[in-house]
Amino acid sequence: MAVGRVGVAGAARRSLRVRELLDREGFLGPAFVSPAFLLILFLVAYPFCMAVYFALSDAFIGRPSHFVGLANFVNLWTSDAFRQTFQNAFVFTGAAVGFKLVLGISLALLLNQQLWFQRMIRGAVLLPWVIPTALSTLGWWWMFNPGYSVVNWTGISLGLLDAPGPNWLGQKYYAMAAVVTVNVWRGLPFFAITILAGLVSIPRELYEAAEADGAGPVARFWHVTLPLLKPVMAIVVLFSTIFTFSDFNIVYVLTRGGPINSTHLFATLTRQVGLDSGRIGEGAAISLYLFPVLVFVVWAQLRFVRRQVY
Amino acid sequence: MAVKRRPLLTKIALHLGLVPFLIFALFPFYHMALTSLKQDRELYDRHASPLLIHQGPTLEHYVHLLQETAFGTWVKNSLLVTVLATTLSVVIGTIAAYVLARLKFFGVATFGTAIFVTYLVPTSLLFLPLAQVVNTLGLGDSKWSLVVTYPTFLVPFCTWLLMGYFRTVPKEVEECAMVDGATRIQALLRIVLPIAVPGLVCAVLFAFTLSWNEFIYALTFTSSSDEITAAVGVTSELIRGDIYFWGGLMAGAVLGSVPIVILYVFFLDYYVSGLTAGAVK
Repeated sequence: MAVGRVGVAGAARRSLRVRELLDREGFLGPAFVSPAFLLILFLVAYPFCMAVYFALSDAFIGRPSHFVGLANFVNLWTSDAFRQTFQNAFVFTGAAVGFKLVLGISLALLLNQQLWFQRMIRGAVLLPWVIPTALSTLGWWWMFNPGYSVVNWTGISLGLLDAPGPNWLGQKYYAMAAVVTVNVWRGLPFFAITILAGLVSIPRELYEAAEADGAGPVARFWHVTLPLLKPVMAIVVLFSTIFTFSDFNIVYVLTRGGPINSTHLFATLTRQVGLDSGRIGEGAAISLYLFPVLVFVVWAQLRFVRRQVY
Repeated sequence: MAVKRRPLLTKIALHLGLVPFLIFALFPFYHMALTSLKQDRELYDRHASPLLIHQGPTLEHYVHLLQETAFGTWVKNSLLVTVLATTLSVVIGTIAAYVLARLKFFGVATFGTAIFVTYLVPTSLLFLPLAQVVNTLGLGDSKWSLVVTYPTFLVPFCTWLLMGYFRTVPKEVEECAMVDGATRIQALLRIVLPIAVPGLVCAVLFAFTLSWNEFIYALTFTSSSDEITAAVGVTSELIRGDIYFWGGLMAGAVLGSVPIVILYVFFLDYYVSGLTAGAVK
């Protein structure tokens, strides 16, 4: 009985101390941040260091590795597949982000009007963005199938294509067009909806003032809408650049990088070299070519876009 | 000021302008669903129009998928991984976001930036070394490897999203409660979290969607039929050799998307606001 009472009092004192500790900002802050911190330390920062270590070695699955300096990064340039991939990454990202931006602005301008079934239309527009990319890309794979392509069938029926139509995934430039199309299809909702949020936040008075000064719709778009959308567009483009550059799903499902490496991106080539062929060192070096883009995007975001926050 | 009434013609023209966008967005889903419902005879008839079903719909591809393949197991795996990774990430993200948005302590600004930088790290940069980490942990070819690794991109996302929401909760509300004798934890649980419910719903929905849709980690870390997720199962196990069973493949793609579509239909507005909050805030 007495022992029990002491135990209860001890527990009460202890809980009081915990309570005091939890009320102290200097304790609570680090305590609440530590799970996230440990996670990032062990499963993001540590693997990143490993990637650097691999890239500087001749690591091969199941074999001890040796330090080789920058040899992997340099030797990659003698590989046709890598040089092609490097070029593809810029063509793919440039084309996809460009289309997404132009189409995204157009779609956002349309969505910003009074529409019938507004909510349903927004829902439909956003749908490609929420469906698992690997699965929806399978749908596109079937649409581009050489024997039964519904794209070609429709094109031929409308008289836009000559029968039998292009073999989308089997010819170099068509395959690139196909992967860009699917990426635009998937990424357009993000552009449209985010730019729409930017459009909504532009004060009406500015348009009224411009109209009063005799500006027509086109002039209002160029001199009011676009300049005020710049910050939102900058964020969207930077975001999209890093995720388009590092895209994996679409190319993996649609073409596996083919035909003859013409659609390989860094991520898909990394997988082919680092996992399928087991040359981890070389694979890690390929994936680290994504790093400068990441650094640039982070730098630009922190420097220009989020100055006000941190 | 009187609202100008748009002439009906302008309004119709506007909607017509939207039609190409809507076809572009929705046609792939329509075609996918249509293919999954067609009989093989019609599916491989080159003269039949691919845009409609002429010879009657069939559920045979779905029956085959559910009875003859391990599709059910893959969906179960996806659900398990998604629910656990989402729960874990939202909890870790919520507490981190709260203290990052509210408190002043050593390293708070640096860590806030670190979270943001991690948020931008693409999964394709890290999957190769992470595969080694997963093997070292003894989780090679196990769905648990995904429960452990998905929080690496979910936690930064949730934290970033929720920091924005917590900043919109006025400090005074919380301070009042604390003056009345509540501890900071009580203030967080009883005052701040209830106000931030829309943000929490957003975080849960996006974490769920992101982990359900994740592909590259699942493809890399798991391979046996008992451990893979729906997206990996459909894209790898249903494609064997050079003969594809398009009906079954499309049925898998449709069914594998169903959980997300259900959430999407019910929580559309949260998706819209979360999408913009994640990028703009």
